[in-house]
Amino acid sequence: MRYASLLDSLGRTPLVGLPKLSPSPQVRLWAKLEDRNPTGSVKDRPALRMIEAAEADGRLTPGATILEPTSGNTGISLAMAAKLKGYQLVCVMPENTSIERRQLLSMWGVRIISSPAAGGSNEAVRVAKGLAEQNPDWVMLYQYGNPANAQAHYETTGPELLEDLPEITHFVAGLGTTGTLMGVGRYLREKLPDVQIIAAEPRYGELVYGLRNLDEGFVPELYDETVLTSRYSVGPRDAVRRTRELLEHEGIFAGISTGAVAHAALGIAAKAVADGRRADIAFVVADAGWKYLSTGAYEGTLDDAENRLDGQLWA
Amino acid sequence: MAVEVRIPTILRQYTGGAKTVEGTGDTLSELIDDLEARHPGLRERLLDNGSLRRFVNVYVNDEDVRFLGAEKTQLSDGDSVTVLPAVAGGSSR
Repeated sequence: MRYASLLDSLGRTPLVGLPKLSPSPQVRLWAKLEDRNPTGSVKDRPALRMIEAAEADGRLTPGATILEPTSGNTGISLAMAAKLKGYQLVCVMPENTSIERRQLLSMWGVRIISSPAAGGSNEAVRVAKGLAEQNPDWVMLYQYGNPANAQAHYETTGPELLEDLPEITHFVAGLGTTGTLMGVGRYLREKLPDVQIIAAEPRYGELVYGLRNLDEGFVPELYDETVLTSRYSVGPRDAVRRTRELLEHEGIFAGISTGAVAHAALGIAAKAVADGRRADIAFVVADAGWKYLSTGAYEGTLDDAENRLDGQLWA
Repeated sequence: MAVEVRIPTILRQYTGGAKTVEGTGDTLSELIDDLEARHPGLRERLLDNGSLRRFVNVYVNDEDVRFLGAEKTQLSDGDSVTVLPAVAGGSSR
C-alpha cells in the first residue's frame, strides 16, 4: 500500500483472529494490531488528532513547544509528529518507566522531565499541570482531557472494527487516558446498542500505590463510566502470563499491557462459554514488546517476571 | 463462606499490617460489616453513607464491583476481593 508520507499511513491496522486461544467456533477472539502504526503504538491516532485539532483552533503555531504528561507511547507519537511538523516537545514521565521509552524520546529530541515514581501517571499529570502554569506559552495537549483523543478512536478505530467484524459483541481495551474505550465504545454502541465495552486496568504493586492517599484519586476528564459495561483490574502476573500465551500460541509479540487486556478478554470468553452464548470479542494490542524487553517480563519464570515488574509502570 | 480480602498499604493500619484478611458475607456489604467487627475503622474508610467512597475501588475476582452490583454484589465461597485506591481511570462517581 502506498502513502504520501509516514503520517498518512496511520491507522487501518489488521484485525487478526486467534484460532488457538479462542475457546470455540462460537466464541472467538480477535486482536487489533495497533503496533502496526507509524511509531508502533495505538497512541499515534490520538497524538496526531490532538495536534491537528490544536493547529485548527490556533493554539498551536509554528515553532511552539508542546508539553505532555506521558508514560511513553503518547510521547513517542507526539515526538515523531512534532519533529515532522516543526514543534518542540517536553514530556513529563514517571521515573519508573522503562529505559527504552526514555531512549526513544531522547532520540526524537524530546526534553524529559521526570516525576516521582510513587503515584505513577497521576503524579506526572500533577507535575505537568504545574509546569503549564509556570510556562503559559507552552501548549499542553493533555491527553487525559482532550476530546480529540477519544474523537480519534470514534472516527477511525471504531469504524475499522465494525467494518472488519460486523458481528462484534465485545470490545476490550486498556484503561489509561480512557480515550480508546470512550471513542470506540461510543461509536460501536451507536451502531450496535447491545455491544459490551470492557476496560482492563493495570494493577500495580505497592511502590506505585503505597504512598497514595485514598482521597486523592485521579479520574481523567474524558472518562464516562456509562460507556463501559465492565471493568477488570489485572495484576502483573496475569498480564505477563497472557503476554507469553499470545506469543506461544498465536505468534503475537505484544507489550505487557496487552497481556492484561487479553486476560480480561479471555475472562469474558470463559463466561460466554459457560453461558452458552456466541461471542466475537475484539481487543486492542496497544503496542509490541520491544520497549519492555529490559523489564525482564519475557524471560525466566512467572515468579521472576512478577518480582522484576514490582514497582515498574508496565502499562 | 470465606472470602480472601487484599488490603492496600494505606489501610493496613486497620488490619495490624496484614496484607490479606479473611471475611464472610453473602454480599460485599455484609463482608464489610464482618471485617469491621475485627478491624474497627475499616468500614468508614470504604463506605460513605453505605455507598463505596469515590476514590476506593473494590474488585471481585478482578472485576470492578461498580459494574456488578456495587455494595450488593453477591459473593461466593473462595472469591477473591481486592481493595485499591483509584488511579487513572478511577470511578467518576
